Order: sequence, then C-alpha cells, then structure tokens
Amino acid sequence: MNWLPTNGALHGVALDHLLAWNLAVIVGLCIAAHVLIVAAFLFRRARKSESPVASRTRANLRPHLLFEFVILIALTALYLGMDITGHKLWAAIREQPGSAQPIQVEVTGVQFQWYFRYPGPDAIYGATKPGLVSAPTGNPLGLDPADPHSADDIVSAILILPAGQPVNITLRSQDVIHGFFVPGMRLKQDAIPGMDGDLQFTPTTPGDYVILCSQVCGLGHSRMQAGLRVVPQAEFEKWLAAREQSILNTNAARGAQ
Amino acid sequence: MTTPPLTQRPRRLFTTNHNTLAKNYLLLALIAVITGTLLSLLMRLHRTWPDLAFPIHGIIRPEDYLALVTMHGTLMVFFVLTVVPQSAFPNLVLAAQIGSDRMAFPRLNAAAFWITALSLLTLLAAFFVPEGAPISGWTSYPPLSALAAAGPGQATGMDLWLIAITLFCLAAVLSSINFLATIAVCRAQGLTWTRLPLTVWSWLVSSGLTVIAFSALFIAAALLLADRHFGTSFFLPAGMVINGIPQALGSKAWGTGSPMLWLHLFWFFGHPEVYITILPGMGLASSILANFTRRPVPAYRMMIIATLLIGVLGLGVWGHHMFVSGMNPYAGTAFGLTTIAISVPSSAEVLTWLVMLFRGRMQLTTPMLFTLGFLSFFIAGGLTGPILAQPALDAYLHNTFFIVAHFHLVMAMAGVFSIFAGIYYWYPLLTGRRMNELLGKIHFWISLVAAYGTFFPMHLSGLAGEPRHYAQLAGPVESFTRLIPVERGITWSAFLLAAAQLIFLFNLFWSARRGTPASPNPWRATTLEWSPLPHPTVTSRPYEYGPAAGQSGDFHPQWEPEKPF
Repeated sequence: MNWLPTNGALHGVALDHLLAWNLAVIVGLCIAAHVLIVAAFLFRRARKSESPVASRTRANLRPHLLFEFVILIALTALYLGMDITGHKLWAAIREQPGSAQPIQVEVTGVQFQWYFRYPGPDAIYGATKPGLVSAPTGNPLGLDPADPHSADDIVSAILILPAGQPVNITLRSQDVIHGFFVPGMRLKQDAIPGMDGDLQFTPTTPGDYVILCSQVCGLGHSRMQAGLRVVPQAEFEKWLAAREQSILNTNAARGAQ
Repeated sequence: MTTPPLTQRPRRLFTTNHNTLAKNYLLLALIAVITGTLLSLLMRLHRTWPDLAFPIHGIIRPEDYLALVTMHGTLMVFFVLTVVPQSAFPNLVLAAQIGSDRMAFPRLNAAAFWITALSLLTLLAAFFVPEGAPISGWTSYPPLSALAAAGPGQATGMDLWLIAITLFCLAAVLSSINFLATIAVCRAQGLTWTRLPLTVWSWLVSSGLTVIAFSALFIAAALLLADRHFGTSFFLPAGMVINGIPQALGSKAWGTGSPMLWLHLFWFFGHPEVYITILPGMGLASSILANFTRRPVPAYRMMIIATLLIGVLGLGVWGHHMFVSGMNPYAGTAFGLTTIAISVPSSAEVLTWLVMLFRGRMQLTTPMLFTLGFLSFFIAGGLTGPILAQPALDAYLHNTFFIVAHFHLVMAMAGVFSIFAGIYYWYPLLTGRRMNELLGKIHFWISLVAAYGTFFPMHLSGLAGEPRHYAQLAGPVESFTRLIPVERGITWSAFLLAAAQLIFLFNLFWSARRGTPASPNPWRATTLEWSPLPHPTVTSRPYEYGPAAGQSGDFHPQWEPEKPF
C-alpha cells in the first residue's frame, strides 16, 4: 500500500484499510481465475474424448452447474459484503451530520486557481457579485463591500487548517466544473458552478499536502494546484488573527481615503 | 472481368446490401482506430518526453494534449468500440445467423452507415478549424463545453464535436431499429427464441439499449447546441465569470440550468454504452468457446437471462460515474448497490465461460486465443468494478489513472480482443479465405503482453493519486516521483502494442488475396451464418457440439434436419 500518498486525515486510516483488503480480495480472485484459464490451456491435451451422449445439451452438466452456482452465490455474498463495509465508511464520511462547530472554509475553483475563504469572526461569508470579480485588483471572488459580512472575510491562496479540528468545506466554482482533490486527505469532490458543495473532514497530521484539480477544466487543468498546510491549533489561531488584523488595517486605510 | 454499366455504379456505392455495409463499417472503424491509436501514441510521447518537438507542429501545448485526449476517446468509444460490434458485425452475420438473406429495413440500415460516415468526417474536421479540436474530454461537461470563451477548441471545434455526436446518435438509433425489427420478423422457420445463438440475444439487448441510451445523448447534445447558439441555459447556472467577464447573456430567464443535468443525461447514455460495446463480445465469446471446445454452452437459458439482466440493470447504474459530483450521498449508496447487483449476472457469464474451458478439448485457433484474451481482460478489468462501486473508495480513485486502467482493460482491451476474435473467425465470410494462423498467433501473444504492460501499471499510478487528463506529472506531489519509470514503461509498452497491430493489418490485407481458401464451414460451426442453404428450416439448438449417439461427426449444424435414431 505504499503506493498511496501519506495519509493525513482521520477517515483516511479507515479508507486505506478498506482499500487494502478490497485490493487483496480482487487480486486473489483475479489470480484464481487466471490459474483456471492457464490450467485449461496447459492440460487441454490430457483429457480423453468422451463417449457419445444421448443429448448434447444435457450431458454431464450437473457437476459443472453445481460448481457454477456455488461460486456465484459465494461471489454475490462477497460483493454484498464489500458494498456493506464500503457503505459504512461512506455513511460515516458523508451521510452523518458533522460536528457542531467545525472550522468553516469556502473553497472556490476558478480557471486555473483555488481560492480559500474564511468567514471571519462573524462566521458568515459575505455576499459576492459576478460583476465585482477582479483578480488583478485583489478581489478574485467578487466580495461585495456593501455587505457588512464581507468586511472580515479572509481570502487566501493557500489552505491552512489546524490539526485535529473538524473542517466543513463549502465548495463552489466561478466558471466551469473543477475537481477539488487532496490525495493526502483522501478527499475529492467536484465544484459545480451554481451549486454549493458540502464536504467534512478532519486533518490529523501536520504537514504540507497538495491540492489538485481532478476534473478537466481547460488548458491549465494540470497546473491548477494549491497547497494545504496542516498546523498545530495555536499556530493556526495566530495565523488567522494576523490575517484578520491585516484585513482590518486595509479596510481602515480604504475608509480613510 | 467485366465493367458494370455506368447506370449501376451509383447503386454499388449507395448499396443496401448488408454485407457490403459491413465491409464499409469495418473500413470506417479502421480509419478511426488508426487515427485514435496515433493520437494515443502522441500523448504517451508527450507524457514521457515533454520537450519533444514534432515536425510541422512543434511542441505539444497543454491544450493540444487535451484535444488529443478528447479525440482519442471519442474516436475509440464511438467509431471503434461501438461501430464494430454494434454495426459492422451485425451487418455481417446477424441476418445470416437467423437464416435470413435480408434485413427488415435495408434502406434505413444503409442510411445509418452514411450518417455514421458523415459523423466521422465532421469529427475529424475539428482538427482543421481555427483553435483546433475541443479540449473538454469525451464526456464534454458543461460549462467548459458550453462556452466558447472557456478554452481553445471550445468554439468551432466543440460545435463540430456536438454535430458529429448528434449524427452518430441518429445513425445508431436507426440501425438498431433495423436490427430489432430484423430479429423480430426475419427469423427462419423453426428458429424459436431458445434456438437463437447468444450473439443474436446480445444484439437484441444491445440494440434495445442503443435506442434508449443514444436517444438520451441525442437530446443532451441538441440541448447543449441550443445553449451555445440559441440563448437557452439548460446546463448553465447564473453567476459564472470566465476570464473576469461575467456571463449573462440573453433573457432574464437565462442562468436557471445546471451542469448536473448534463451529467445525468450523459451518464444515462454513458453507462449503457459500456454494455452496448461489450454485450456482442460476450455473446461471441460464448459461441467461440463452444465452437473450439466442441461442447454446447452450458446453462444456455441462464446466459440469456444474464444478458437480459445486464441490459435492464445497466440502465440503472449511471450514478456511479457521479459519486463525487456533489450528488446527494444517499443516491451514491443506491447507485453503489445497483452496481453491485449488475456484477452478479456478469460474474455468472464469466463462470460459465470458465466451466466451458474444462469441457471437451480446447482447440487453440486464433479466434479462440483472442477469446481467451477477452476473458482475461474482462476478469482483470471487471474485478476492479466492485471496488469502484463503493462511493467511499471511488471518492479517492475517481478520475485517477486507476479508472483509466479499469475501463481500458474491461471495455477497450476486452472489446478490441473480442473484435479481433470476430474478425479472425468471420473472415472467411468476408473474403472466402482464412487469415494466416501463424501471424494471428504472433499478433495475439505480443498484443496480450503489451496490453497488460500498458494498462496494468496504470492501476499503480491511480493508487498514487495521479489524475487523468494531466499533460504532465507536474507539481510537488511526493507519491508521483516514483511513477516516472512506470510512465516510461507504459509508453514503451504502448508502442509495442501499436506495432503488433501492423502484423494484423498485414494479415488482414494479405490474406484477402493470398490466404488459404476456406471451405464453406471452416470452423465446423453450428450456427446459420455458415449455412450453405439460403432459407433453412431450423429444428435444433444453436450449440450442438460433441459426440452424440447415433450421429456421425461431432457437431450438428442448425441448418441440417435432425436425424432420427
């Protein structure tokens, strides 16, 4: 399993474990089937010709069909078992309500960039307007200054999260469909324009992880990357406070003009 | 040789003869498969040596790479994996296998071919328009495919792609209506439903699926064209900003659609399409295994039921392509379960084939070898299905090279090996000669090894998290660095795989003139395409192989009356 990138998420431990046993099972089945094919291939001349039968279609079928149905029932049980264990993990990741007070981050995909927005002390994302979008003037998401909730929003090009805290991601796209993919967090969901995606996870291991785009989005698709930095709680709070202060300073400077 | 009078020439060109149409379809697919293969080799070259400059064109830019991906996928899925098993082969043998010398709707059938040819020309034209071919992949998700501003190739190139797909859908539906009607009304006297070869059952189900699935894609493509040119917004939400420019065209009602509608319509087509391409191959595998083990297909009725179940369940699994689309997670659970359900009849068919290998005496002819290859790929590629059917695991593997490996084994390689089995098997019907067996066996063994060498390692790239559609392994992803030697190996293997096909091409054309003349029933087969009689009366089941009391020989063809004993 060392082909997978290092896992840094809480659910990733269970996911890696599930993937490992699933792979072991199908590799086993694949080898078993190929042993049968190769055996039939190698020993094809050893079999003696059978004596003539009264009915071709019913001759000597019982043992073969018995073998087939027993294996088929076993395979069905196995597939169902895979589905049920897989469903349990899916339910744990996606179907259950998240923790009461997760860290809120909005992730927006734009050709060919990821932007991350923290709602600030008011815990509400300010309104955005398509007409205000202007990356060159520092407003890539089109934050509307007329909305008081947008004043304390922090927009970042890197995703910084504290270790051990549940995170709730609101997933958006400004233009085409992008795929928010963090291999190290075992996390992937499409950002669909016009929809708010919803994603919960808990990063556990501090470190740097790469964020990719997994849905072809145009000519810059393969270079649409960003970083996720998981840091200890204290360091995260310090970073957030510093960003908040710098935004307040900027707003104050703008107000003074 | 006499020259036909001039007045007859247009008739020969626009023929309604299904055997000639079969040859036309094969030629069309050959053009598509050669183009599609060359495109894939360019992709491999670029991935391995990104700085390599090509004569005339120069370096492959990121948009060029995506255009290669898009056109490779479209050519292979539609014009090779659909056209050969679902258009060329049924035109070649379907009527004959049911003891008929005609199709139900010969003009409709001929029209379908010419629309398909027009569709291919339209698609290939996309390379030669300003900005080139579209870049949004064979799935063409909007808004990328809906807005010309979203990228190079998304203007005229994308329009041509959509027109080509619309035409292809029309042709596929027309030809399938003809096949369905032909199976329903043209069967020979005595050819009851339980005396039909499994290939005919497969074409019955795959043609039914084609009518349903390609109608959905036809509508989707037409609506997308309307979004692009007539100010509608079936697939477009409000508030999009492309390159800093807000998109708000047309009326006030514009911007009330959703790309999710396209995903649903596309995959409602896309998943049945997988079975449309592979079901005829599954029927052919049963027939060839029976022929070359000289034993009947055991559990013949169960094989029919399995084929029907695959067809019905195949219409209810499309959501497994959308686990990570932000669809309701409960829907993910439901589609996971239907997907597990469809693996049961698929497994039943595989088990029957495995049982068949141990009955009778295996004859290793070239069609038999390719059928064993089909079986191997179908198992190796199919077994990753139950993993990808789990939303939780798919959420990691979706759109990585693991998926590329999965469908290239179970759909592309299994499909192509079954196509090869069919061509080697039915070649005497096309030319009156047999293809060279030695060349056929060399072609098989190199292709088998090279196909696994190409597609098996892609599982590892996928586990490492490498996304598809990436022109290069860019960025600081620690698990990607160890993939560089794997990537190089895949490229060499892909070139070996392509080179092995030159042996096939040589054999295909050389044997047409120099091959051993074939007897009327060269494989000593039982099904009616080998019948010397035009209108036989059928009294027996399709796979009566093996020694039987009171009969000479080890098989009983369907066109011979049952001898009392």
